[in-house]
Amino acid sequence: MIRYLLSRMAHALLLVIGVSLLAFLFTTLAPGNYFDEMRLNPQIAPETLSALRAHYQLDRPLPIRYVSWVNSVLHGQMGFSFAYNSPVAPLLLVRAKNTLLLTITATLLAWAIALPLGVWSAERLGRFPDHVISWSTAILLVIPDLALALGLLVLTVRTGWFPTGGMASVDFESLSSLNKIRDLAMHMTLPVAALVLSALPLLVRHVRASVADVLHAPFLLAAEGHGIPRRTLLYRYALPAAANPLLSLFGFSIGALLSGSLLIEVVMSWPGLGPFLLEAILARDIYVVIGGVLFSTIFLATGNLLADMLLYWVDPRIRAESASR
Amino acid sequence: MSRWRKVAPWLLVLAVLHGIVVCAGFFAPYDPIEQDRKNPYLPPMRLHFVDTHKHLHLRPFVYAFTLRPGSFDQYMEDTSHPLPLKFFVAGDRYRLLGLLPARLHLFGADNERIYLLGSDAFGRDQLSRLLFGGQVSLLAGLLGAGFTLLIGWCIGAAAGYYGGWRDDLLMRVAELFLALPWLYLLFAIRAFLPLAVNPLQAFFLIVAVIAAVGWARPARLVRGIVLSAKERDFVRAARGFGASDVYLLRRHILPETSSVLLTQTAILIPQYVLAEMTLSFLGLGVPEPVPSWGNLLSNLQQYSVLVSYWWMYLPALIMVPFFLGYLGLASALQESPGAYKIERRSLGSLA
Repeated sequence: MIRYLLSRMAHALLLVIGVSLLAFLFTTLAPGNYFDEMRLNPQIAPETLSALRAHYQLDRPLPIRYVSWVNSVLHGQMGFSFAYNSPVAPLLLVRAKNTLLLTITATLLAWAIALPLGVWSAERLGRFPDHVISWSTAILLVIPDLALALGLLVLTVRTGWFPTGGMASVDFESLSSLNKIRDLAMHMTLPVAALVLSALPLLVRHVRASVADVLHAPFLLAAEGHGIPRRTLLYRYALPAAANPLLSLFGFSIGALLSGSLLIEVVMSWPGLGPFLLEAILARDIYVVIGGVLFSTIFLATGNLLADMLLYWVDPRIRAESASR
Repeated sequence: MSRWRKVAPWLLVLAVLHGIVVCAGFFAPYDPIEQDRKNPYLPPMRLHFVDTHKHLHLRPFVYAFTLRPGSFDQYMEDTSHPLPLKFFVAGDRYRLLGLLPARLHLFGADNERIYLLGSDAFGRDQLSRLLFGGQVSLLAGLLGAGFTLLIGWCIGAAAGYYGGWRDDLLMRVAELFLALPWLYLLFAIRAFLPLAVNPLQAFFLIVAVIAAVGWARPARLVRGIVLSAKERDFVRAARGFGASDVYLLRRHILPETSSVLLTQTAILIPQYVLAEMTLSFLGLGVPEPVPSWGNLLSNLQQYSVLVSYWWMYLPALIMVPFFLGYLGLASALQESPGAYKIERRSLGSLA
């Protein structure tokens, strides 16, 4: 177990290092930097600019910048934001928390809906409920994320069912703690709904396909012959057997939801990484961009690690394989 | 043969859809950047066949809008002022396919502009912008997918054919690209490219960015096929007869990858069109005044537009028929029926 965990962790660490290297490589290809626009300002002397560039080490060669950046990551700073005049990490953490709140809720909710729907659809393969589910997932699949998010937003703005924009009401601080949770839930409804609806069709279809694959396996027929109830049969026997592809899909779904949440945060003005990163790109605040990308990689790697752990727990074949090694 | 029969209807649908966009100049009544500052945010004009006197007209007509008394942005239909639709009329000059100068438009009205999908803040016709915007978005998607497949194909073939450390290195890099969420990757690459560029540069920039993002998935698929193809008996035999690497690749190995490439094309194009839409929507893509499907939607980011002018949302729905067409084509291209198999392959580029 420990050994398996360690090898997966090493893999995740390599991934994060690789991504940070790649991101830095791109910065050297980038024309211009944060201070370039100041050149147009006659009140700022060229000497001041070059002093600024030297101060932030933008005139140093790439390997040196990378090393000093790694150093600052190890000190919990992740570089320096020019636009905010502060280390990146604290800025990023506040936004990342909001993004995580959105993404984790959406991931859990999407899977909680997709699993029973997919199993139900697989159980009634080719019959009426299966057709209904297939058609509705097909319809959801052809509606692009952007159209879905904007559509929900237009609908909500016109009906006024849920608050739009931000993650708290103006009087949030004065609410009791129960009402605070309620307020947050109301604000989360719209972005979470958009995320879940965009992720759902793919998940349902995969659950359906994987469960349908194992449904006619001899061990399930035998279990049925023993008179094991239908529900136990489906969820205790069929689902774990179908879990392997689904757990790797779990890792992918986190990535998809992270991407989706970036867009949906901008559309629904959720104060997460999305609007923050967009702003940083437009301002050429490179360390913030690198930090954001790195953060998403870390989150994704953690998700994959979690999926690997679950797989280890669910699938005896993997346990046997790693024990024999 | 049966495969062709499955593919053909989807190809036809896509050909019609793309044909409309390619001939945007003919189907669009006006120039996409021509402004009509007196008529900002006109709602879509409804086509009528029956007038206020209950008379039926065979020629459809619309009513001109007038400002509602006491307001500055609320319009109402002026029923005393019908504008009959004229077909095949001469109007704004445009170049068909970018080459042939022409003036013929599918429809128009005498003397006044009609807005079947409403107008935007500058009184530009949304329908015309939508059709011309498709040229930008679809071309970006097509070119992006083409370049991605070219890069992925070369890298996959090289990795699979030569093997060894080259294979290891290339596939590790591919894993990096597969691991990152695509929008973050798109952001990261876009972040390090110039921001203030003219529309044409921006267009090619976008194509380059989206092409750089997605090569890993096709590369892995091609590598797998090349890996198995080069061990086939007839390939070994050809090698034994002294065939060169280039000959083997060209004649025996790469033709095996064609069906995977076709399917990948059908999967990638809509994703890339969506990527262009997303970037332009966020203001990182093709800038105004050139229309694209993404920047047509970008003013929905303003709350006032969202609340008051719902028809500005309509361009978002344009992707649905295109997605449907490409999804149908992709699943028809798969040898074995069952739509889930495609998605399993395309997962990486979605994630």
